Formats: sequence, C-alpha cells, structure tokens
Amino acid sequence: MIISEQWLRTWVNPEATTEALSHKLTMIGLEVDGVATVAEPFSGVVVAEIISAEQHPDADKLRVCVVDAGDEHVQIVCGAPNARVGLRAPLAKVGAVLPGNFKIKKAKLRGVESQGMLCASAELTISEDNDGLMELRSDAPIGADIREYLRLDDKILELGLTPNRADCLSMRGVARDVAVAFDEALIEPEIAPFAATIDDQFPIAIDAPAKCPRYLGRVIKGVDLSRPTPEYMRDRLERAGLRSIDAVVDVTNYVMLEMGQPLHAFDLDQLSGGIVVRECREAEQLTLLDGTVQSLEPGTLLIADHEKPLAMAGIMGGEDSGVSESTTSLFLESAFFTPELMAGRARSYGLHTDASHRYERGVDFQLQRQAMERATRLFIETAGGEAGPVTEVSSDGDLPINDAVLLREEQIEKLLGLRIERFEVERILQGLGFWIVTQEQGWLCTAPSWRFDMGHEVDLIEELARVIGYDAIPAQRLTGELIATPVPETRRALRSAKNDLVARGYFEAVTFSFVEPQLQATFDPQTSPVHLKNPISADLAVMRTSLIPGLLKAIAHNVSRQQSRVRLFETGLRFLPGDEIAQTPMIALAASGLRDAEGWSAGKEAADFFDIKGSVEALLGSLGQRLSFEACVFPGLHDGQSAAILVDGHAVGRMGTIHPTVGKLLGLPASTVVAEMEQSAVTALAMPEYEDISKFPETRRDLALVVDKGVASGDVMTLIRDTAGGLLTKLDLFDVYEGAGLAEGKKSLAIGLTFQGQSRTLDETEVSGAVDQVLDSLREKLGIELRS
Amino acid sequence: MQSLENIKAEASNAIDAATDVAALEELRVSYLGKKGALTGLLKSLGQLSAEERPKAGAEINAIKQVLTEQLNLRRDTLHAEALAVQLSSEAIDVTLPGRHPETGGLHPITRTIQRMETFFSSMGFDVVEGPEIEDDYHNFEALNIPAHHPARAMHDTFYVDETRVLRTHTSGVQVRTMETQAPPIRIICPGRVYRCDSDLTHSPMFHQVEGLLIDETSHFGHLKGLLEEFLHAFFERDDLAVRLRPSYFPFTEPSAEVDIQCVKCSGEGCRVCSHTGWIEVLGCGMVNPKVLQMSGIDPDKYRGFAFGMGVERLSMLRYGIGDLRLNFDNDLRFLAQFM
Repeated sequence: MIISEQWLRTWVNPEATTEALSHKLTMIGLEVDGVATVAEPFSGVVVAEIISAEQHPDADKLRVCVVDAGDEHVQIVCGAPNARVGLRAPLAKVGAVLPGNFKIKKAKLRGVESQGMLCASAELTISEDNDGLMELRSDAPIGADIREYLRLDDKILELGLTPNRADCLSMRGVARDVAVAFDEALIEPEIAPFAATIDDQFPIAIDAPAKCPRYLGRVIKGVDLSRPTPEYMRDRLERAGLRSIDAVVDVTNYVMLEMGQPLHAFDLDQLSGGIVVRECREAEQLTLLDGTVQSLEPGTLLIADHEKPLAMAGIMGGEDSGVSESTTSLFLESAFFTPELMAGRARSYGLHTDASHRYERGVDFQLQRQAMERATRLFIETAGGEAGPVTEVSSDGDLPINDAVLLREEQIEKLLGLRIERFEVERILQGLGFWIVTQEQGWLCTAPSWRFDMGHEVDLIEELARVIGYDAIPAQRLTGELIATPVPETRRALRSAKNDLVARGYFEAVTFSFVEPQLQATFDPQTSPVHLKNPISADLAVMRTSLIPGLLKAIAHNVSRQQSRVRLFETGLRFLPGDEIAQTPMIALAASGLRDAEGWSAGKEAADFFDIKGSVEALLGSLGQRLSFEACVFPGLHDGQSAAILVDGHAVGRMGTIHPTVGKLLGLPASTVVAEMEQSAVTALAMPEYEDISKFPETRRDLALVVDKGVASGDVMTLIRDTAGGLLTKLDLFDVYEGAGLAEGKKSLAIGLTFQGQSRTLDETEVSGAVDQVLDSLREKLGIELRS
Repeated sequence: MQSLENIKAEASNAIDAATDVAALEELRVSYLGKKGALTGLLKSLGQLSAEERPKAGAEINAIKQVLTEQLNLRRDTLHAEALAVQLSSEAIDVTLPGRHPETGGLHPITRTIQRMETFFSSMGFDVVEGPEIEDDYHNFEALNIPAHHPARAMHDTFYVDETRVLRTHTSGVQVRTMETQAPPIRIICPGRVYRCDSDLTHSPMFHQVEGLLIDETSHFGHLKGLLEEFLHAFFERDDLAVRLRPSYFPFTEPSAEVDIQCVKCSGEGCRVCSHTGWIEVLGCGMVNPKVLQMSGIDPDKYRGFAFGMGVERLSMLRYGIGDLRLNFDNDLRFLAQFM
C-alpha cells in the first residue's frame, strides 16, 4: 500500500514530522518500508506564462520568450520545442536553486540575455519527462510557487501490510490507526447519499448468496468520459502508484484507495436483461480486461447478465462489458464477496489485482452503500451525467457476523506483563471502531465490520499492545522449574562426530536437499526419488536419496578452482520414497587429491580408499568388533574398490572410490573417495565395562601367512579370532606383501597374535597349541599356509 | 728404563695432546694398563730393597693417580667437545612448520546453530529435530493456516504431493512436541527449511532455529527479555539496541518482528540495513490459543511463546558475509575462514 502523506494528513494531522509519523506507523504494525519524495528539494521556481516567443537572431533552435512571472515580465532564451505563446510552465527565476544544487543566474545565450530558465519536468525531478517544457494547466496561478501549486513537498509512504490488516488497504483505515496511535481526531469526509435524478434501474439477482451476500448497482446516464479527472485526484492516484486513465477508472480507483471498497463499472449498453451473480457453468469462457481469454474453472463466481458472463467477480472485469471512450451510460457495481470463498481463486488463474487482493483479505461488509454514494458524487462531479436510484440485493444471513468477545482485564496483564488503565483500554478499542459494553471482569467487545481477525480475546489484547507500543512492555527474565535432561552414555551428540571429522581435516559442506535427477540416478538407478511438484529448476527437481551426489559436486566446485586437496563432509536427511517417505539422518564424507596437505615434510601421494576408510573407522571406532566391511558393488563407485559398512552384520552405509566414468562426468580426480553412513551408527557409543588388568606377562607369536589374493584379510582375521581361544588378547595385521618370492595369485599377510593369561603365566605348550589350532583351521578353511 | 719423572712428563704431555677419546684410551692402556709403563714399574718394585720399596711404590702410585685424574679430566673435556659438535651438527630450522594433520572446519551455519543451541540449552531449552518433508497438517493447519489463507502466499511452498510439502519452517516440530509432551515445554528446533524462491537474497533452502516455551506463567515481557538477552549474547554486545514491532503470524497473537540496531553502521544507516538503521532478525509472539488447543493443550491453563530466526541472516551479520549464496557454494576459500 502506497500513500501520500499529504492526503493522509487531510484525514488526521498529528504534530509529528514525516520521520516520527513513519516510525509510529511501523511501531503500530503498519510497517513503513520506504519513504520517497515527490520531487527533490529546489527553490525559486514559479508558475509562468509565455507571452511572446520570437526566433533567436543567431540560433535556429532557440527562441527568445517574454514570460509573465506574476510580479514581473522576464526575458528567457529557451530551446524547448513546445515553448509557445500561452503555455504555462515552471520558471526558475534568477537566484533559483534546482536539484543538484544548480544555481540559476543571469546569462547570455548567443548574445541574448536570459533571466532564468523555463523547466522540463525532469529538471525538477517530478518525472522522467525531459522532452520539452513541463506543461501546466491553463488555470495554473501565475506567480505561484511551483512546490506549493503542485504539492511537491508531499512524501510517499510505502506500507508493508500484513495479511490480517485488509482494513488498512485504504486511506481511511490507515488514518484510523494513526488517529488512535496519536490520540488525535479523525476527520472523515462527509458522505451524504446522492439523490437519484432519474428513475433508471437495472435488475440484480444473486444466485450464490454465500459467496456474494451483498450486491449494489446503480445506473448513471449521460456521462462524458472525455472530461479530465480533477488534479487532486490524479495526484493522489499517481502518488499511490496508479495511472490516471479516465473518469471511470480514476473514480473507482480513488474510492477504493480512499475507503477500501473495490468498485466496477460496466457499459450499460453492453448489458442485457439484468445482472446475475452466479457460479460459472461448464465450459464457459470470458475475455478479461487485460485481453486474456480465460476458461472458467468450476467454483468461479461470475457477474453475468441474462446472456453471458460479464466479469470474474472480485477479480477482474470483462473486456466486452467494459467502458470505452464512447460509453455514455454506466452500471456501477459495489459488492461484498466472502473472503474465505474468494481466497486463492485469483491465484488459480495466475491473477492478482487490487480488487482480488482486498476481497481475499476482507472488505468492510457494511461499506458498499457508502462507497456507492461516494463514487456517484465524485463521478458526476467529474464526468457529469445523472444517477438513478441504488439497487441493493443482500442476504443478511450470509454476511459475516462479528460476535461479541469478552476481554478480561486480568488477562491483559497475564499475557503482556503490563497493566493498562481501563480508560486507556476503552479509548483504544473505541478509536479502532469496537463497540464495547463494560462488564464486571472487563468488557464485551464487538469488532467493527472492517475487521476479520478479532474473534478471540488475544486478538483484542494484541490491538491494545500494538497501540500502546511494544516498547512500553518491560522486558523480564524467564523463570521456571529446573528440569534435567538425562543423556544416555551410549549416545554422543552429532556435534562430537563432526568435531572428529574437523580434526581429521574435513570441512563441513551444506548442499541442497534437492538434486539433479540424472546425477542422482548415477548413484541410485533403482530408486525413483521423491519429485517436487514445483521445483525451482530442473536440476533441483528430486529429493536426494544419498548425500554423495551433492557432496561430489561440491568437491568438483573446488577442484575446478585449483584446490589440490579437498575433504568435505555433510550431515542431513536422505529421502527414500514409499507410502511413508523414509527421512534418514545421514553423514557423508569425501576426499579428493593429496593425502597430506602440501608441506615440507608431507608425502605427495593422493588419498585413496584406505584414507577414507580410516576416517570411517575413526567415526565408528567405538563399535569395536561390531563393525565390519564387505566388498560390494555400488552404482557410481569403483567395482573393485567399494565396500558396504556393516554394524552387527547390517549395512549402515557404503564407501569406495568413485567410478572412473563419474570422475569424468564431474571433472574429479579418479582417486576421489566417498563414504556415507547412517548418523545413528556414528552417534552410537559402547558402554565401557572394566576388565581386570593381568599381572602376568604377554606372549606374542608372529605368523607370516601365504594367502590367495582373493581371500579378504578381514576373513582371515575373523577366523583367527574365532579359533585362537580365550587367551588371545590382541591381533595385529602388520604387513601385507605381494610380489617376488611369492607364487602368482598369492599375497603374504604378517599377523601378530598376543596371548595373555588372567591368573597365571602361560606356558609354551598352551600358546603353541592355540597357534596350531589357528593354523589348522586357516589351512582347512581358507587354504592358507605358513610362509616358508 | 725411563725415569719416573720422564714417564710422568711424557704421559702428561701425551694426555694433553690427545684429541679424541680413542687416543686417550690408548694412552691409558700404554701407561696404566696391565702391560703399561707404570704398571711395569710397579711390577719391578720387587727388585728394590725392602727399605726403598715403600717409598718408590708410593711415588709410582701417586703419579698413577695424578695421571688417572688427568686422563679422566681430559676425557670429560673431549666428551663435552664431541657432544657440542654433535649437537651443533644436529641443529634444525625451528621456524619450519610443525607436523600435524591438517584440520578442517565447521560450516558457519553449523557454528551459528551451535552457538544458539548453547545459549538456549543454558536457559533450559531442549534441542528437538523433525522431518523435512512435512504433512500439510503439521506445516500449516495445526498452525492456524488453513488452505487458501493469505499467509500461505507468504510461504512459497514446495509441494511433494497433495498432502505433503517441504516444510516452510520448523514449526511442525513444535506441533509434534506439543502433541506428545505435557507442559512445561521449552524446546528449540533447528534445521533446514524450504521456500520456492531463489534470487540474490533468497535461497530455496535455508536454516531456521525456532523456539517454543509453554508454561502457566510466561508472558510477552518474558519473551522480550529472553530475546534481548539472546541477541546481546549472540553478538556479544550488551548495548545492542533491540526493538519489537507488531507483525502478523497466524500461529501467534500478539506477534512481533524483532529488529536489532544495524551491527554494521551502529544505526547510522548503511547498505546492510537499507539506510534504516535497523535489521530484522526474527519473528515471535505469544502462541495463539487456537494452536494450543489443536495440539491438545488447555489454553485456559497454559500459555507460551514461540520465536523463529533465520540462521543464515544471523550468521551473515555476525561474520560480515555479504552474499547468501556463499553459504551453499561450499568453496574452501570460504569454509576455511571458519576454522
């Protein structure tokens, strides 16, 4: 809502600067988003008339004019093409200061003296128009200061209104709030009924009274639409951001701005039979004023006549029934449409108009007749003509009812923490238009017909609070019971896992939860992801089923910016489709480039599978033997370098080197590695259980085993652990070797077994027995021999 | 046979002249060893008379002791010299960087959320999370935003299907908490939220921390006090001006938007605050009794307040980040500034 400050001050004129007024508006909930000037500061410019205009003796494009500046005649040399005798235009006299601190002095132009400057509109920052002199009306008072004459000291206030304040979509509504806030009187213009001078009426029938409980119409005949709109009205419309068009559009807009009632005018000669307010029928079409042809959806309310649809009720009029230059008879409409039933309708057609904006939020349901009278008077003052009597059809039972609400005095203080005097409560509510009846506990309050959000006690308390000002409510410290939040020792906060990764060199990334469908399919071709119905763009169209694609794109972003070493992690939900969409918290990490940050003592190798595996093991370290890895093929990952991450044998994630084709696709080094697992795995902690420390010496046996390459070391370790017996306390894989000295297809694993007794020193035969047992089962189950 | 004095003089000179421990050891052997000169003299004492023997023996032993001491002294000196040479040869450039695994860093959004969590935890608020694909009821209906309510237009919602949306705020988590937990309730709900809007100052995904308190005694003054205290703590400035101004949210009544004095220009007016001197940082209000009722809480007995803040906005103000999109580029040159 954009309003002229000067216009507002004709309704209520508090002793406050523009700044103070804006601040007050903001602090009562009508936020001022901006204050604009109508014209920048300048001085010494008056209304002047050109009395004579002669060709300049030495310049083709210049004319020498004598102009009447009121108190004197001055000679002006002027180059504007429209400088003609009889034109009234702004004159900057000698001594004037124009915007940009441009001082006007006596000057000679090609030898002829010029005592000032006739101005274009742009030179005074009134508009962008710089095509010639600003043409003032022929009745502009000569000699008058142009700022006063054009009311240029006005300011434009831009209000950002919340959806509940439809009542402030009008000058009257804003003024009402300002009057209460400043405790000033509201000066309402007198709106007397405009008596009919002709008998013409046009019949009205309402077929859908729930949606249109009230419809008023009036015939106006013999109008002349070529007559100009009064200047004050044009100014106010323009300063409210509306273009002045003709008397019909201007008056209907003006009354809407002034009072908040959208109006519509039909060309009476285009209507047949009578008005019918009805829902649209199947397959009806309507060409709107904006020229678009709309196929009407069921449920759309129409203003129709006996033959055809005329307008989309409360949204936009139709082209065929609209007024044109040749219109001489009008049918003027002033109606109330039920807000809840209007809501969303305009948007479903991709439309948003001043009328729909107001009707959706709620127009004062008692305003229609007043607005009709107001518009009739303004219209006939402007365009002449004669008005018939007002026809009104109302369905009282369908009009909104504002029930009385009990406001308890004690509740005010309970909710706000502030006591408000009774007389102040009454002053505020009455000023806002409430009808109040004093009760023992407080007041019974009935909201005015322009408020649609006052059904509860708290709504009334909010009105009090915003008028008194939130600043007046004292800030207080919270009090309350202290309630412990027990934390299980077997869970750690995600924060702790994140810190682990940070300590290991990973930066945290935040990527969008919606990703490119194709990239996602690369990693998860089996799942049809959750699609958004209205994605922001095609490459952000599906909900991620994995954090890996987004993370790899983030890696690629950095790789393409010459980063030689990138380690990122992210936490967040992944979304798996189904009747219930599974929204699982995940954690993912990725590493690309050098293992170590570049440095004087750092290695130069690229990070690989075992680096990311090390990070995964560190994250899941608390799980101990419950954690295992199993070679596994995953789409998007290297067939021979990827693994499932298992806890208690259940997959909780995956990891691996990216597939070479993915690397090419995203521009990533081939050695880029990723891992992803469920957050619940990384936040699980083992509950420590103390075991006695043995006082007896350990015995260690190192075994060099020759193993088929295809046998996983993990299986070897598990088998050893399972067969070595209860005295085995530690098992270390300390070397892996392939190559010279070994048969083709074999590798050597060097494994240290540590044995220790809890209550005695182990003897040689016990240890040897355990080792023999291990070797037997290794040979038997995995074909493993000791290296000779 | 050399005279005793000669041997002493010769040995003493040789000891002084020795330049390393090995040479010194040779001298020890050749003079004091089993076959050494002095040992030889001691052995020859038997040839002397019984009267001469004690005196000669004492002399030889005295010289032996002197030489032993001289040897030891010389050895210590040589050791010290050798150690000094060794240490000097092992000198390193102590200004070279130390060896440590390179550390990473948390995203500024996380950092900011953690600071918020720390503050509100200290005030007795629990951190609660919830689903991001939310049903229409929990995202809108239960918050007093029925279908076609104009407030829905403020939300620019992403739709999954007829009944499910990407949550436009984390308020659904508050509703779920009210449905399952009896008051008193003190929670904050951090997380990702989504709005179908993307330009210089809007991201289709961003983060919120919302808070909810329900009990029997709290009022608007407490809400104001809590938020002022939070903002002072967050910006570590006790003199930061905070103002609440009336606004509208369907789920609170009264509702307020909270502005802080511009942290960039201290209220003078600059680009960051659009020359107003104020920056809007959060929305809040007393929970609408309708909302309490819908979630099964008796509005006659309980009341409370709720607030919601944009994490990116507060983070950007705190760290002076000028461009929202930097948060989601994941550029290391950005991330590395928050280690």
